[in-house]
Amino acid sequence: MDLSAISPTLLVASLMVAATPILLAAIGELVVEKSGVLNLGVEGMMITGAFSGFAAAVLTGSPMVGFLCAAIGGAALSVIFAILTQYFLSNQVATGLALTLFGLGLSAMLGQSYVGIKPPVSAKLDLPLISDIPVIGPILFSHDFTVYAALTLVTGVWFFLKYTRGGLILRAVGESHDAAHALGYKVVRVRILAIMFGGGCAGLGGAALSLVRVPQWTEGMTAGAGWIALAIVVFASWKPARVLLGAYLFGGVAVLQLNLQAAGVSIPVEYLSMSPYLITIIVLVVMSTNRAKSALNAPAALGRVFHASR
Amino acid sequence: MLRLEKRPNPSQAWGYLAPILAVITTMIGGGVMFALLGKDPFEAIRTIFYDPLFSEFAWYYRPQLLIKGAPLILIAIGLSMGFRAGIWNIGAEGQYIIGAICGAGAALSVYPLDSVFIFPVMILFGAIGGFAWAMIPAILKTKFGTNEILVSLMLVYVAEQLLASMSLGLMKNPEGFGFPGSRNLQQYASAHNAELWTGTAIHMGVVFALISVIFAYIMLARHQMGFHIRLTGESPKAAKFAGVNPNKLVIYCLGFSGALAGLAGMFEVAGPSGQISIDFNVGYGFTAIIVAFLGRLNPFGIMLAGLLMALTYIGGEIAQSSLGLPSAAIQALQGMLLFFLLALDMLTNFKIKLAKAEVRI
Repeated sequence: MDLSAISPTLLVASLMVAATPILLAAIGELVVEKSGVLNLGVEGMMITGAFSGFAAAVLTGSPMVGFLCAAIGGAALSVIFAILTQYFLSNQVATGLALTLFGLGLSAMLGQSYVGIKPPVSAKLDLPLISDIPVIGPILFSHDFTVYAALTLVTGVWFFLKYTRGGLILRAVGESHDAAHALGYKVVRVRILAIMFGGGCAGLGGAALSLVRVPQWTEGMTAGAGWIALAIVVFASWKPARVLLGAYLFGGVAVLQLNLQAAGVSIPVEYLSMSPYLITIIVLVVMSTNRAKSALNAPAALGRVFHASR
Repeated sequence: MLRLEKRPNPSQAWGYLAPILAVITTMIGGGVMFALLGKDPFEAIRTIFYDPLFSEFAWYYRPQLLIKGAPLILIAIGLSMGFRAGIWNIGAEGQYIIGAICGAGAALSVYPLDSVFIFPVMILFGAIGGFAWAMIPAILKTKFGTNEILVSLMLVYVAEQLLASMSLGLMKNPEGFGFPGSRNLQQYASAHNAELWTGTAIHMGVVFALISVIFAYIMLARHQMGFHIRLTGESPKAAKFAGVNPNKLVIYCLGFSGALAGLAGMFEVAGPSGQISIDFNVGYGFTAIIVAFLGRLNPFGIMLAGLLMALTYIGGEIAQSSLGLPSAAIQALQGMLLFFLLALDMLTNFKIKLAKAEVRI
C-alpha cells in the first residue's frame, strides 16, 4: 500500500471530471423539481443520453455532435414523462420508474453493436503557460468542455431562478400550481418545458459519462448515477450552489475510492465500490434529521398532480 | 378541444379494461419498435406472446412460466402493499439478493450435513435477510424521515457489491477450480429447492407465491392492517384522523415486502439458479414493480400479471435465439407496457368530454 502515490492536485482535478455527469443531471432535476414535478426517471434519461451521445459521436466522429444528440435524446425521453404526467395525469413516482426501466432497456437494446468501440476524443482545454501552472493549472484550466459547461449551467440556473421573471414564474408554479393557474400562468406548459430541460441536462450528463469519464459504451453504465443525482438535489435542499457542493463531494468520494483501489489498500474492492452509495445514504440521513429546515425549501407542490377543474 | 372531468368514483369497468388494453397497445407499440429494428413485427409478437404457450415446444416452456412467475409474484405482492399506502420500496432487487445470500449462507455453513431441517432454516434465513435489508430504509424513514425511495434503491447497488464479494470470497466453492460462484445447491440434496412433482416445475417458491396471494387478499379485505393500508392510500388525511400510525405502516409494508423479496431470492438460489454468483440477479425486483401496477395492486391481478410478465421473459428468450432479437428488447417492451398502463389509467379516474371553444378576447 502506498498512499503517497495519491496526489491531492490530481485528486481534485479528477474529482471535477468524476462529478460532472452527476452535476449536470442534478442541476436539470433541480429545475424540474422547482416547477413542482418529481421525475424519478433521471437514471433512464441519463443512460439514453449516454447511448445517443455515444452513437452520434462515433457515427459523425465529432464529440460536439455527440453532446448535442445526447441532450436531444434525454429530452426526447423526458417528453414521454411530460405527456403522461401533465396530460394523462399519471402518478409521477410510477411514471418516473417506468421511464428508468424503459430507458435502461431501450439503450441496452440499441447499444449492442456499440460495445467495445472507442469514441472520438473530446478536446481538453490547453492554454499555453496557464494550463501549466502547478496546482491551479490542472485543477482549473485543463479540463474538457463538459466540466465548464456544467459550471456555466449551474450559474445560469442559479441566476435564472433568482433574478429573472421566468424563474419567478417557474417557482410559483412549483409552490402552488392552483395560485399560478389563477394568475393566468400556463402551469402545464411551464412544467413541460422544465421537464424537457431536465431531460436534456440528464442526457448531457450521460454523455459526459460515456464520452469523457469512461469513455466507452456498456449496458447499464450509469450504475445509479441518476439516482445519486436525485439524492444530491435533496441534499442541496433545492439550491443550485449546494448542488455543486454535493456533486463535487460525491465526485471526491468516487475518485478517492478508485485511488485507494489502485493504491492497493487492504479493503476488498467490492467494499470500496459500495462507499459512494453508502455515503449517499448517510448524507440523506444527515439532511433529513434536520427535517424542519430542509423541508422549508422543498417546492410545496412537489409531486402533486395538477388538474385545472375550471 | 377535449376536456377532462374527474369521476366522482373511479370507474370499475375501466379498472379491468385498462390493463387489457395496455397489453394490446404494447403489442402494437412493440411491433412498431421491432419493425424499426428490422425484424418482422408479427413474427416477433407471436414468438413472444403466443409461442411459449401454444407452439410445438410449449410442453417445455409452460412449466418455465411458473419458475419465472413465482419470484415476480412473490415480490410484487409485497410491493403492492406499500404502493397502495404510498410507501415506495423500489429496492426489492437488493432484498432479493440479500435473501439469497442469507438462505444460501445458512446451507453452505453446515455443508455437507444431511438433515430435513436445513431447508426450513434456509427459508427462515432468506425471509429474515430480505426483511433486515428492507428495515434499513424503513427505520431511517421512521426515525429521520429519510426518503425511502432513494435509500432502498441505493441499497440495491450495495447488495450487488456484497453479492460480488460473496461469490468471489467468502462463499466461493473451494472445489470450484478457482471459478467465481458458490457450491451448487442443486447438488446438495438437503438444501435443494427441488420440484415437488416431477415435470411440473412446481417448487416450494411457487407454493409460497400462491400462499402470499391468498394471504395478501385476506389481509387487505379482512384485516385491520389491510384496512389501514387502503385508507392511507385513498385518503391520508382520513387515515390520520382514524388514528393510523404511519410509522407502523412504513415498518409493516417495507418489512413485509422485504421478507417476500428475500424469500423469492432464497427459492431462486436454492432451485432454478442453484448458486450464488456475480450475475445471480436478473432484475426480477424491478420487473415486479411493473407486475404490481399491471395487476392493479390487487393480489389476484398480480398473479395474472406475474404470469404474463413471465411469458414475455420466456418469449423474449425464444425470440432471442430464433429471431436474433436483443435480450434487452424485452426490458424495453416491459417499460413500454407500464407507460401505456399509466396513460390508460386516466380513463379510470377521468371522463373525457368535448369542450366548447373558449372565449377569446
